[in-house]
Amino acid sequence: MVAKILVVDDDPAVAEMIGIVLRADGFDPVFCDHGDRALGIFRAEQPDVILLDLMLPGKSGIDICREIRAESGVPIIMLTAKSDTVDVVLGLESGADDYIPKPFKPRELIARVRARLRRNDNGAPGVVRIGELEIDVTGHRVARDGEVIQLTPLEFDVLVTLARHPGQVFTREVLLEDVWGYRHAADTRLVNVHIQRLRAKIERDPENPEIVLTVRGVGYKAGGYTP
Amino acid sequence: MKLTSRAIVMMLRAPVRTLWRRWTRSMLLRVVTSTLVVGLVAVAGLGAYVTTQIRDGLVDKRVEGILSESASDVAGTQATIEASTAETPGDLQRLVNDQLESIQLGAVGRGLVLLQAPGNTSPVFLTPFGSAPSGSGPALDTVISRSLRESIVPDGPQFWQFSVIPGTDIPAVVVGAPLSVRSAGDYELYFVYSLENEQATLDLIQRVLALGAGVLVGLVLFMTWTVTLQAVRPVRAAARVASRLADGHLSERMRVRGNDEMATLATTFNDMASSLQRQITRMEDLSRLQRRFVSDVSHELRTPLTTIRMASDVLHEHRREFEPSVGRSAELLATQLDRFESLLADLLEISRIDAGAAQLEFEDHDLAEVVRYQLEGLVPAAAEQGIELRLWVREGVNTASMDVPRVGRIIRNILSNAIEHAQGQPIDVAVASSSRTVAVVVRDYGVGLSPAQVARVFDRFWRADPARARTMGGTGLGLSISREDAQLHDGALEAWGSPGKGASFRLMLPRSSGGLGVREPLPLAMHSDDFAALATRVNLSVEAVDR
Repeated sequence: MVAKILVVDDDPAVAEMIGIVLRADGFDPVFCDHGDRALGIFRAEQPDVILLDLMLPGKSGIDICREIRAESGVPIIMLTAKSDTVDVVLGLESGADDYIPKPFKPRELIARVRARLRRNDNGAPGVVRIGELEIDVTGHRVARDGEVIQLTPLEFDVLVTLARHPGQVFTREVLLEDVWGYRHAADTRLVNVHIQRLRAKIERDPENPEIVLTVRGVGYKAGGYTP
Repeated sequence: MKLTSRAIVMMLRAPVRTLWRRWTRSMLLRVVTSTLVVGLVAVAGLGAYVTTQIRDGLVDKRVEGILSESASDVAGTQATIEASTAETPGDLQRLVNDQLESIQLGAVGRGLVLLQAPGNTSPVFLTPFGSAPSGSGPALDTVISRSLRESIVPDGPQFWQFSVIPGTDIPAVVVGAPLSVRSAGDYELYFVYSLENEQATLDLIQRVLALGAGVLVGLVLFMTWTVTLQAVRPVRAAARVASRLADGHLSERMRVRGNDEMATLATTFNDMASSLQRQITRMEDLSRLQRRFVSDVSHELRTPLTTIRMASDVLHEHRREFEPSVGRSAELLATQLDRFESLLADLLEISRIDAGAAQLEFEDHDLAEVVRYQLEGLVPAAAEQGIELRLWVREGVNTASMDVPRVGRIIRNILSNAIEHAQGQPIDVAVASSSRTVAVVVRDYGVGLSPAQVARVFDRFWRADPARARTMGGTGLGLSISREDAQLHDGALEAWGSPGKGASFRLMLPRSSGGLGVREPLPLAMHSDDFAALATRVNLSVEAVDR
């Protein structure tokens, strides 16, 4: 199956170039050059991955990201011309899974897209329990007391990675490698922001997490207790 | 016992310390207290002087009167005795009694005592006579001292002495004079005068004086307090406004009232605050503009660069399909684009720092971990030049509050710099910490730096040897950015070098916002033997990077 990639960028040269690179690697790109049309095209095309520029005419990339996230868990990769902390964090907080700072190499772009497309098969399928959560790895479903919690595929991967080894501490670098597919030298804020988002969904009190615990100065681990 | 005395000291210490703090911090308290002390001393001295003068004056005058009265009474008595013809003891007794009673008639507050002189051996004996000034009371004999009796001789002058009326504390004057009683021989006549009235007058004066002094001191205290408060209040107001200004409330101003010195102070203060506010606002505007510009340049440049980058890489991947000169051009394009990109990134970073727009995200992190991570990333590059990277970590907690990407970049920069100048020699990297500081030292044994070069090594675009090619692809801004990054952490990045012996860079970061400690965890210049002595070697997992 050919994966469909939605490229939202207002610069025609960049969009065309990204199209050339994606096609060369066997993807099927569709384009959108205006913020206001992005949501409509997304609904019509149902892409597998979205490449989203933050600075767009009309609706901003952040708003688009939020709206898409409200109705779908589709992987979103931000393309940022600004590497300012605030923009990156804002984009990640509004629901993006990953980001690539411009300028980037074609190889890098393809690697990021492939990483988002590859379903994270954390070893054996089955059901994992952590705290009050019941995680159906095969069915990609998380439930608490029988109530299903909606997680994006990336959030699901983070949770499963941690939950498979309760008590084991994962550094941010290891999580980046296991979940995002980075080899080295990546932005650990990715991890921080996604852990926050995950907690907001699965913890009873995100301020005092009981399932995803912070190990100060090291990383994160899953709380091992079962009530 | 020891414990209780210590407890008491501890109990006393706190209030004393509070008092001392109030004393040193309140000018009002100090002025009022010193006025009180000076006022009390002055009033007490003055009171003592005045009281003494009045008492002396009163007593001197009274003694003068007493002496003339007693002298005339003695002379009158003596004359009457000599004019009489009485010879029998009974007659003499009656004569003396009558005479003494008659002189007592006119006197007030006076007692009389008649005693036989010590040398009197006459067979005629008179009963000693005595009467208290108030008519009753104990015998007056006791007020007559031995010394007074000894100074009185027959036919001699009268003598006097101060004393106290027995059984009371009323002061008295005792006057003694000789009296010759015909055949009965020599006798001594003593007058005991009470100074009760003078004492009462003096008491009254002292009471009035004390009351006056109290009122005076109170008045002075009140005046001092009022005056000082008037002077201190504007100063306090100025201090309060100044601290508000320092806290960033730039529109805070002092209230100007009247046109005295305090009003001048307030006006000048406000002028200063306005000037400060203007300057700061201008700087903020400039900084905002600069930040905006950097951000715009960044965006405007990166968009076309993204296309160029991708196009160049696509060409580069297909370079073998072109004829050799075109293929080589594609290669050059790709490599120089790398260089251009990192230069652009560094330039943007440094102008962001210059504009004060750098934002740090602090988290507690192990410095040794950051160093190891960066070292492992550079092992392949070092291996290409036959350089061995050795990491040494001293026992202990090397955690500090840091912006991990920035600290990682500092370490990457100084490591790349070391690899570039190591000339195939190994590079030692050590991590250690003290109570307040964590430090990393990167030491190479290559070309080294002269003192003049050390002074310039953090300058922008400076290179030690312009003729040398850059093997690590540095932009000439790496060390400058690193030093800025270190300073953003309130830390320090320093260099040391010796030509031919190598160079050393040390990064020190404070554990928390408390600043760097005085103790340096690692010396700046280290020998290759020092590393093994200071810390233990940590193995690098290289295959993780090679994969």
